[in-house]
Amino acid sequence: MYEALINLAYVVSAILFIFGLKYMSHPRTAVKGNLISAGAMLLAIVLTLAALKMIATYVIIGLVVGGIIGAVLAIRVQMTDVPQLVALFNGFGGAATVFVAGAELLRPNTSTAPDVMLAAALSGLIGAVTFWGSLVAYGKLQELQIFKKPIDIPSGAVVNIVMVAILLLLTIFMAGSGWSLIPYILIVVIASILGVTLVVPIGGADMPVVIALLNSYSGLAAAATGFVIDNNVLIISGSLVGASGLILTQIMCKAMNRSLVNVIFGGMQSAAAAS
Amino acid sequence: RYDALAASLTIFVLAIFIGFELITKVPPTLHTPLMSGSNAISGISIVGALIAASAGDAPLAAIVGLVAVILATVNVVGGYLVTHRMLEMFKPKR
Repeated sequence: MYEALINLAYVVSAILFIFGLKYMSHPRTAVKGNLISAGAMLLAIVLTLAALKMIATYVIIGLVVGGIIGAVLAIRVQMTDVPQLVALFNGFGGAATVFVAGAELLRPNTSTAPDVMLAAALSGLIGAVTFWGSLVAYGKLQELQIFKKPIDIPSGAVVNIVMVAILLLLTIFMAGSGWSLIPYILIVVIASILGVTLVVPIGGADMPVVIALLNSYSGLAAAATGFVIDNNVLIISGSLVGASGLILTQIMCKAMNRSLVNVIFGGMQSAAAAS
Repeated sequence: RYDALAASLTIFVLAIFIGFELITKVPPTLHTPLMSGSNAISGISIVGALIAASAGDAPLAAIVGLVAVILATVNVVGGYLVTHRMLEMFKPKR
């Protein structure tokens, strides 16, 4: 009964996320939209804590530590450095899904049903790509020394396709066998490499579009995590971000007079041309 | 069990469609704030992180969950704050 009420209250949170996003896309209501969305998040967190049987002290400490780190980074950043900070935050969100799905797999009572395993594998896969891709985007925008020269990955496209194929096989294996831990770690490791090799060849000017796309990915990763822990608010808000992020990516591409395919593969061609 | 999965999948598909319809025309100045704001929403995995960190049945899961709590909170708090700072800049000066 109590749990059902909590789940019902999550709907309020989901509706507020929808209105928040809607308001965010108009200049006059954007500030309000962000505040509504923040309120929705606060409500979701409070409801989650209320549903727990007991709240351990270290969980609160974790919230405080994360909150202070996030606040300090956001308040102290120079406005010109905001895009790379957004990339960094996005990466953290992706990493969080990797750890949440990982933690679920470590629990003794987690179901090994194919759908749960599939969702866990996808959380790890998309989350790891998001994390490492975002870190590379951060590094490029921050103009870190290693990214100053264009990095050429020999036959990068082939390497990426091979990695995607291995990832798909591991995901299918994990869903089919229910044997999770080692396949999951392999998926996370290979997806981490893929995140780097996907973003490294793309030029710095295209980074905003890449971050927008990775933002869409982190939403999908959150939605996949929602399937792992069977939580509707994660599924709804994750897929909202996944879908609206994809549209935003497209709009940003158009504004730059580029196509998405051009951004993703254009970098590879220019890297090949330079070599 | 599979009834619940079907319900979840229904919700997932419907939410995807809302997401597609939600964003139509966005002025270029709002591109980065909108990206940053929706990035903060993807920090919703904090809900999963809190549940995982509170797992009494497996200490290792709780530790991994705690790492997730910290990462997700940075994403959420930092994301909303930096979005707010960006949007404040666009306010017409009176």
